[in-house]
Amino acid sequence: MTHLGYLMAGWGISLVVLGGYAFRLVRRGRSLSALVPEDRRRWLESSGTDSD
Amino acid sequence: MAGRDERPGNTGSRGSRLLGCVALASLVVLGVLAFFLTGPDVRLHPTTGEEFGQFDAVRMLYLHVPMAVLMYASFMLCAAASVGVLVKRTPWWDVMAHSTAEVGTVLCGLVLVTGSIWGRPVWNTWWEWGDVRLMTTLVLFLLFAGYLALRRTTTDPRRQERKAAVVALVAVLDIPLVNRSVAWWENRTLHQRSTLEELKIQDLTLFTLMFGFLTFGLVVWWLTLQRFRVGWLERAAIDHAVGSAIAERRSETSADELDAAIGVTDEQAGEASP
Amino acid sequence: MSEVRRFLADARMVAARDLRIEFRSRVVVGQVVPFALLVLVLFGFALDADHRTLRTFASGLFWVAVLLSALLAVHRSAALEQSDGTMDALRMSGLPPAALFIGKATAVFVQLVLLEVVLLGGLLVLYGVQVVDPALLVVAGLLAGVAVAAAGTLYGALASGLGVRETLLPILLLPVLAPVLIGATRAFDDALGAVAVDGWAWTGLLAVAALIATVVGALAHGVLIED
Repeated sequence: MTHLGYLMAGWGISLVVLGGYAFRLVRRGRSLSALVPEDRRRWLESSGTDSD
Repeated sequence: MAGRDERPGNTGSRGSRLLGCVALASLVVLGVLAFFLTGPDVRLHPTTGEEFGQFDAVRMLYLHVPMAVLMYASFMLCAAASVGVLVKRTPWWDVMAHSTAEVGTVLCGLVLVTGSIWGRPVWNTWWEWGDVRLMTTLVLFLLFAGYLALRRTTTDPRRQERKAAVVALVAVLDIPLVNRSVAWWENRTLHQRSTLEELKIQDLTLFTLMFGFLTFGLVVWWLTLQRFRVGWLERAAIDHAVGSAIAERRSETSADELDAAIGVTDEQAGEASP
Repeated sequence: MSEVRRFLADARMVAARDLRIEFRSRVVVGQVVPFALLVLVLFGFALDADHRTLRTFASGLFWVAVLLSALLAVHRSAALEQSDGTMDALRMSGLPPAALFIGKATAVFVQLVLLEVVLLGGLLVLYGVQVVDPALLVVAGLLAGVAVAAAGTLYGALASGLGVRETLLPILLLPVLAPVLIGATRAFDDALGAVAVDGWAWTGLLAVAALIATVVGALAHGVLIED
């Protein structure tokens, strides 16, 4: 296969960045969930109670 | 959200977990299609019979092109949500605008990186100043980097949701101008108008590309959903922190004492603390 | 009709106020204009003092110097509203936000034109350029000035009150002005006879950019000063 190094770099960087971003989102979601009472955590359940 | 767990201690729900698993599986299938089932782009020159084409570098496009399309889709959604912020001023639109902008910026960075890595073997350069799409994408990245910088200047997103909406709309309005100006600037483009048309579009090549759109559609959907939930939690956490701080203050002094101190009668106090 | 006239009178009042403050404090004349000339001199040092090199890049260096200096002028313009509760007073005054915007942008525009004139003098003397098409030079310079002043005023209002205005303003404003930089540089290339391009076509692009920046700025200003 030609250009294998380029391909590995491109696909590798993309997957690592997307995976890292997803991981950070999940972790941040977990730590924030601990701060919020259960009934306010999701949009559907807490709609109307926010500041609008 | 119907299929949600009983006690969500995270941003997952049964629906989003399923979505995430399907997206991951499609990524794996996309990788197999791109690397093992499709062939390299090799063409024969009609007169000399020489081999030319992108060879195996074409496999980068199955990643690059879908990410670029989904990047534009994200920014379009961000612009639409920003209009929603200005018109309706509800938190849903603002969290949506912030989420799509952030996901779009991540994709935009990756599109630039993968494009640059692809350009090295195919165009023989990492960076081409005269290319319209390349330069437009770079400016787009910088514009939304500015947007995210603005959003990071405060922990309470409500304080600047409308400012951010204006920045997002100006950024999207600016894009046609950037595109036209760069097009006239060099009046040539390396991005063959037909990067895709020019390839020998075999059925499997086309299918892989379409599958790439589908895959990244799912990935971006999952990321945006998660980011939306995080954004929603950020707001709820601020509200809750403010609420409990007030409650704490109240409990330090007796309620009557407090009401007397700020001059509230019993009736008013009843209304004010539901 | 009378509403239009009142709007213009309001805008003129704001512009006159900003220019009067500038006339008394001389921040732009005393600090921003010398800074712009300093940038021209630094380009000369950095690019080797060869007249031919400098002439080739004169229009680009000119507009980079204008943009960098415009950032300072916009800072100054936005800072005027931050002191002594001016913003609250303006909100209470019932002045239409669009008139406030047009007034402030006009004041910045006047200062930018002054800056451009001085910089052009620097270009003629220090870089030895020759003006081939004065009409194109003037029209392109004015239109680009409008675009920079309008976009700058909009983002100045947006970034003010955030506490990080100094660092936030450039990264918000400069990418938006990328098309203006390209267009103005190309138009000046033609006007200075450096590169054979159609400068008037680029002036058309500058006109579109100026129009969009002014309209969007006037519409959005109410949103920005309200928050």
